Amino acid sequence: MSSPVIALIGNPNAGKSSLFNQLTGLRQKTGNFPGVTVDKKSGSWPIDAHTTATVVDLPGVYSIYPKSLDEQLVTDILANPAHPDYPDVAIVVVDASNLHRNLLLFTQVADLGVPVILALNMLDVARQQAKEINAVRLAMRLGVPVVRINARVGEGIDQLVKAVLNQLQSPTVAGKLFFDPAEGATALITDTKEQYKLDNNYLALQYIIQHDGFSFLNRQQQAGLDALISKYQFSEPTFQAEETITRYKRIATVVAETVTDQRPANQPTWSQKLDRVLLHPVWGYAIFGFVLLLIFQAIFAWAQPFMDAIDTGVAWINGQLKESLPAGPLTDLLTDGILAGIGGILVFIPQIAFLFLLVALLEESGYMSRVMVIMDRIMRKFGLNGRSVVPLISGVACAVPAIIATRSIGTKRDRLITILVTPLMSCSARLPIYTILIALVVPNQRILGLFNLQGLALMALYLLGLISALVAAYILKLVLRSRERSFFIMELPTFKLPRWNHVGISVWESVRSFVWEAGRVILAISIVLWVLASYGPGDAMQQAEAHTRQQNPTLTDDTLANLVASERLEASYAGHFGHFIEPVIKPLGYDWKIGIALISSFAAREVFVGTMATIYSIGTGDDEGVTIRERLKQERNPETGGPMYTPALAWSLLVFYVFAMMCMSTLAATQRETRSWKWPAVQLIYMMVVAYISAFATYQLMQ
Amino acid sequence: MSKRSVADLKVGERGTIQSFDNQLLSLKLLEMGCLPGAEVCLSGKAPLGDPICLNVSGYCLAMRKSEAATILID
Repeated sequence: MSSPVIALIGNPNAGKSSLFNQLTGLRQKTGNFPGVTVDKKSGSWPIDAHTTATVVDLPGVYSIYPKSLDEQLVTDILANPAHPDYPDVAIVVVDASNLHRNLLLFTQVADLGVPVILALNMLDVARQQAKEINAVRLAMRLGVPVVRINARVGEGIDQLVKAVLNQLQSPTVAGKLFFDPAEGATALITDTKEQYKLDNNYLALQYIIQHDGFSFLNRQQQAGLDALISKYQFSEPTFQAEETITRYKRIATVVAETVTDQRPANQPTWSQKLDRVLLHPVWGYAIFGFVLLLIFQAIFAWAQPFMDAIDTGVAWINGQLKESLPAGPLTDLLTDGILAGIGGILVFIPQIAFLFLLVALLEESGYMSRVMVIMDRIMRKFGLNGRSVVPLISGVACAVPAIIATRSIGTKRDRLITILVTPLMSCSARLPIYTILIALVVPNQRILGLFNLQGLALMALYLLGLISALVAAYILKLVLRSRERSFFIMELPTFKLPRWNHVGISVWESVRSFVWEAGRVILAISIVLWVLASYGPGDAMQQAEAHTRQQNPTLTDDTLANLVASERLEASYAGHFGHFIEPVIKPLGYDWKIGIALISSFAAREVFVGTMATIYSIGTGDDEGVTIRERLKQERNPETGGPMYTPALAWSLLVFYVFAMMCMSTLAATQRETRSWKWPAVQLIYMMVVAYISAFATYQLMQ
Repeated sequence: MSKRSVADLKVGERGTIQSFDNQLLSLKLLEMGCLPGAEVCLSGKAPLGDPICLNVSGYCLAMRKSEAATILID
């Protein structure tokens, strides 16, 4: 066997990911599990000179009866020996300080007939709690190899290697089922095993209880199982509850024989003491508010120098390419199309990295679950869930990783609502639009000697996004009826020092999903846009250029070039589109020029500013922000003769961009996560309608 | 007197789990270690009184009051 598959299975917070990182080091890759959209972490593990295994890190679960989408996957793999990720050996990682509950999952996995190894982790924590575990007795009692490890520092890996090699050479499964379903439902199990050619009693039970969720069974097979259930009048929940209780009873005797617990009763741990402050009616929210403030500070202030550096770097490369390559459409495509598109993606990386760095730190330390607890009551009113907090906060940087982060929400409806409203949180792509337009119409002055008026305007827009997300969630809660009961049951992990490699990997994952998911779309659209803006019907473009040159013989080269670019844009396909939609956007106060920018930013908001710069023929090179603002100030409204960018127009645009669903990548993420085209369509339509109506109202009222 | 549930506990008070009165929730709770016969202690409440935090066999479990109300105690 050249590349066996080793699966890591365990409860959340049992140290599974630490072990994964220990075994695979930097030889990791992420992808999707075949057929489903759950993130797959896998990596190669050179066990010895002859064997390199593929290690698959499965989502953390408490049992093989799944509660959420990513948990579903564990059973989907373990119940289907034909699955490409079906393990040759399953390493079940358990938290030794909480052996009783952790063994539930272990006995279930062992009963499925997978060759297992029990990895006892966090023995140091158990020792701190004055618990000693007799690993030898445990191995004898369970009939499987047991290895003591410390996944954080990498102790016990040698023993694990030996155990894995042994299991690979002669796979042994636990001889007797820990819980044999045939004890209670003999006839049904026998019938199922016969009809579906199974030889494991517990696997047969999984077919019976979980067949609706098994993607590897076809309709006919699923219907056949339904028929069997009604034939024997089998009550799934009753049996499942029975199973869990029986397992725990047997586990209790195993634990009693193998663990000596000399813990003094009921001493509050320092985690509990900390919780008294963090869950405090006043301090709890005050601390959370402070943490939020810190996050915003990081996104807006700390990320700025990095963003500027990326901006300058891309501009420099662009300049170098333009100088060294022969002028022509191909060079233009490379510089103004592709490189500009890549720049538009890269510039958001610092903000996304900072946000997810802080979110990962908070999650690693255990604080984030406290936030979920203190926010659940409030979020519930809006049809959301305590767990929706993380996606909503993440949405401030980018909705794409935020939508992926909804996977931990167990209830389908809560998750769907969270996905649908997350894009209303003002993401970092809206920021350049906000800053330019605010600078245009809001005076840069202090009020009460303390607050900057422009800063307040910016904050108002972010609040508008947040409030609209909550309102939209509330409306969706009324519209989307569900028989499924919303629940919130969560283990609060003890506080720990963050593991830096985990934080690093988590940041890398978010940045990667943004660059890859959002980046591809933005890049593709930038290229399409470049084509639409560079070519026009017939020879309209050439005529426009010749006409401009003829009309302005006295202008300097630079100014003339900018003017020509602007005229060419009007004559291009993009310009035609702008004129075409003008009647629709007129009531919002926009003209065809803004129309072009609207259309182009439909794919991704950040394109807006660049397009405006081109339309108003502002050469690149100098500080773009200031130049655009100056140029927009000069723009005259051809009908009134007054300034084009009145406060009414600017606010109408600002409000439009708060609500409008102008991000293909987000729609694509919604499509993937909901596995349907209906929900991205709903999202697109409701957000666009709200955007249009509010921008219309803003313009008409302020005018 | 109707049966008492975990939701009726005061902070710091203990109880022994007797049974559950919602089948589907009981499956989740059982898996998380809320077993009949296990002793639970209400260790704290979120600022608005809901969700609550329970201590069950050495670890902390947060759940909504409505969920805690399905865990009946002595």
